[in-house]
Amino acid sequence: MSHSFKQDCSRAPTSLRVQKINSPTLQVAVTVHIDDREIEVPVGTTILEAARQVGIHIPTLCFHEDLCVAGVCRICVVEVEGHRNLEAACAYPITAPITVRTHTRKVRMARRHILDLMLSEHYGECYACFRNNNCELQALAQEYGVDFFRFGHPEKPRYEIDRSSHSVIRDMDKCILCRRCVRTCIDLQEVGVLEVDKRSNQSKIITFGDKPLGDVICINCGQCINRCPTGALRANDPTDEVWAAIDDPSKHVVIQTAPSPRAGIGECFGLEPGVPLTFEMNTALKECGFDKVFDTNFAADLTIIEEGTELLLRLHKALVEQDAAPALPQFTSCSPGWVKYLEHFYPEYIPNLSSAKSPQQMFGSVIKTYYAQLNDIDPQDIVTVALMPCSAKKFECNRPEMCDSGFKDIDYGLTTRELAQMISEAGIDLPAMPKSDFDDPFGTATGSGVIFGATGGVMEAALRSVIELVCGIKVEDLFEHADIIPVRGFEGIRFMELPIKKTGPVPELLAGLVDDWTWLEGATLKVAVAHGTANAKKVMDDIKAGGRCSECHFIEFMACPGGCLGGGGQPIPTSPAIREARAKAIYAEDAAYEIRKSHENPAITKIYGEFLTDGPGGLLSHKLLHTQYTPRGKYIV
Amino acid sequence: MLVSEREQLRGNIEAWVEQYGSNRSALIPVLEEVQRKYSHISEYVMQVVADILDIHPVEVSGVVSFYSFLGRKPKGRFIIRLCRTISCEMQGKDRVARQLENDLGILFGETTADGNFTLEWANCLGMCDQGPALLVNERIYTQVTPETVHDILEECRRTFGVYAPQLTEEYA
Repeated sequence: MSHSFKQDCSRAPTSLRVQKINSPTLQVAVTVHIDDREIEVPVGTTILEAARQVGIHIPTLCFHEDLCVAGVCRICVVEVEGHRNLEAACAYPITAPITVRTHTRKVRMARRHILDLMLSEHYGECYACFRNNNCELQALAQEYGVDFFRFGHPEKPRYEIDRSSHSVIRDMDKCILCRRCVRTCIDLQEVGVLEVDKRSNQSKIITFGDKPLGDVICINCGQCINRCPTGALRANDPTDEVWAAIDDPSKHVVIQTAPSPRAGIGECFGLEPGVPLTFEMNTALKECGFDKVFDTNFAADLTIIEEGTELLLRLHKALVEQDAAPALPQFTSCSPGWVKYLEHFYPEYIPNLSSAKSPQQMFGSVIKTYYAQLNDIDPQDIVTVALMPCSAKKFECNRPEMCDSGFKDIDYGLTTRELAQMISEAGIDLPAMPKSDFDDPFGTATGSGVIFGATGGVMEAALRSVIELVCGIKVEDLFEHADIIPVRGFEGIRFMELPIKKTGPVPELLAGLVDDWTWLEGATLKVAVAHGTANAKKVMDDIKAGGRCSECHFIEFMACPGGCLGGGGQPIPTSPAIREARAKAIYAEDAAYEIRKSHENPAITKIYGEFLTDGPGGLLSHKLLHTQYTPRGKYIV
Repeated sequence: MLVSEREQLRGNIEAWVEQYGSNRSALIPVLEEVQRKYSHISEYVMQVVADILDIHPVEVSGVVSFYSFLGRKPKGRFIIRLCRTISCEMQGKDRVARQLENDLGILFGETTADGNFTLEWANCLGMCDQGPALLVNERIYTQVTPETVHDILEECRRTFGVYAPQLTEEYA
């Protein structure tokens, strides 16, 4: 598994970039003694890595596995024999045999002082902080036995809390300047919202021009929230409004749950990463007072049909109608962070973006129209809540154009963390809940919907349907268990080519769109998958330059590293290993489904038969399930 | 700002990027050029520079705020920076400072109403053996006394008007 984020980081000074010598001829090993333990490591390994290999704990704070080395917090200092000063273990590449001591008096005193200095700047109202009990600073203070504030402690808040963004709230009083958010935003995501302003004791993390977060170019991905060691960054929490709606008997409160939160929510209840709690969560949600619990995967299946139809129509335009400039490759539009990224940085490519809404928004408009009609409920009294692994979904549901049902399609977006909070507030022990199924009329969806949560999942789901609908063969004939392995994994950008040898008859669902598929015979469908906006940037620049990506027909983008399962609303902390465990849970759930292809979902057939009668891409689906985008640009006045 | 001025500004930046190379290491030389010519680096400039160098505006803003000789706010045509470190302090920098404040009618950190002079403190100009030292834009004056302050300011004033050489040419 390759995590191509750290290596390409251009920002860290060369001296701080951890450089390993990978050439076998140059591979030199050095012997290191750490606290009387001996280990042989390749040249360039940091003291921290070496210590972890032999099981010695060195505390860290600014260090994060996803990010480049910064070496700014100094909490990981150790004594290296023969060195006058203490060295930061995370930023010291071993080049010669050394002897390291990790807990001498000098080291302990230094760490304690560093902590005391941080606390002298940290306005910590631990009881009223959402990171209470999950705060790295709090944990360190406990670990090092901080029992008084040696250098004082702020008594009053000094900064105004920035609540301007729909998604992310910044409270600079809790910031300890570890710069993880800066490295996340600039290196990992290539968005560049946050940076350090000024020097030394005047330094502060600011946005461009110190403007409110809502006014700068932020894509709301929330990756900074997941990596902040304290509570300086958090998501905009609507739980109070959701509770109020639940408590209001005149309101019919409906929740839809996305696939990724199920794979992650267990972590909030002390379980290992990668334990899915899908059906336990259904019971818990009912117990909390939600009237209906639906599966976003139904809408994911709907998205596949709509987006897939759109792709086929674009291909038809290019191949049959000989359109000189078809908007190809088509980009997925499920990730609201990615959509906003494109609107800001590549507005000229908006025509390439699929006009299909994200599953969350599709479900919102379906609930307030189709579901309301079916059950004879006034849509005005329906409150739609979406459980998402995502902070950008909060922005998305507040987009002014997302009111196609005549009402606000989705009223509130909840993150996994916020729901875990609600469940524990209701006194429910989630892992111990009995299992129950999703509510009708949307029922349990397909495996294709579930894998939307992992990078490559949307592509895999789309391919499964396209292969069957166009080629008229079973996916299982081409890929074992219908697992399309080439699009899976965590590599930053992945490609796949699918030659279409023969085509089948046009299925009933798509009848009326085209007469036959013969025009696709002999063509090769080229697709690509990118996750994390830094990789998205690479793909977009490649398309601009006319490289390999520009030859693709369909590209899946997800704003967060790892896809939705690594989203900005998922439980904290995050790391490559945690994301991998969540992905395993998602793929295991997919494998357990009986129906694993979107077009085979009976609820989909039903909705196209009863409600969206003019079929995929028809007028009504365009009204309810499609949207348009805003070119935003990147200049701020 | 006039649209035509903006276009001109953009053209200038593009020319400087051409000169120093279009990668992130060109950032500081380009910002220095902007600072020299326009005496400040506006938010618009930061965004243009970031756009051309393919970095983020907030990174440019971080660099501008890090270095004292780069600034966001317009400053006077002549920026007078008086050294405040210990050698200059011991050789009478306070009297020089008072003379500067009296002559210009402003305090340190301020700019005269006509936009000609800005007074600032500097930390060690490397002239500890010849203190008190001060810097006028990029020219150093040593062994400054309250009497010579007057001459220095007069010298600055004489470079105004039609005979004033372009700042960029004089101090490049």
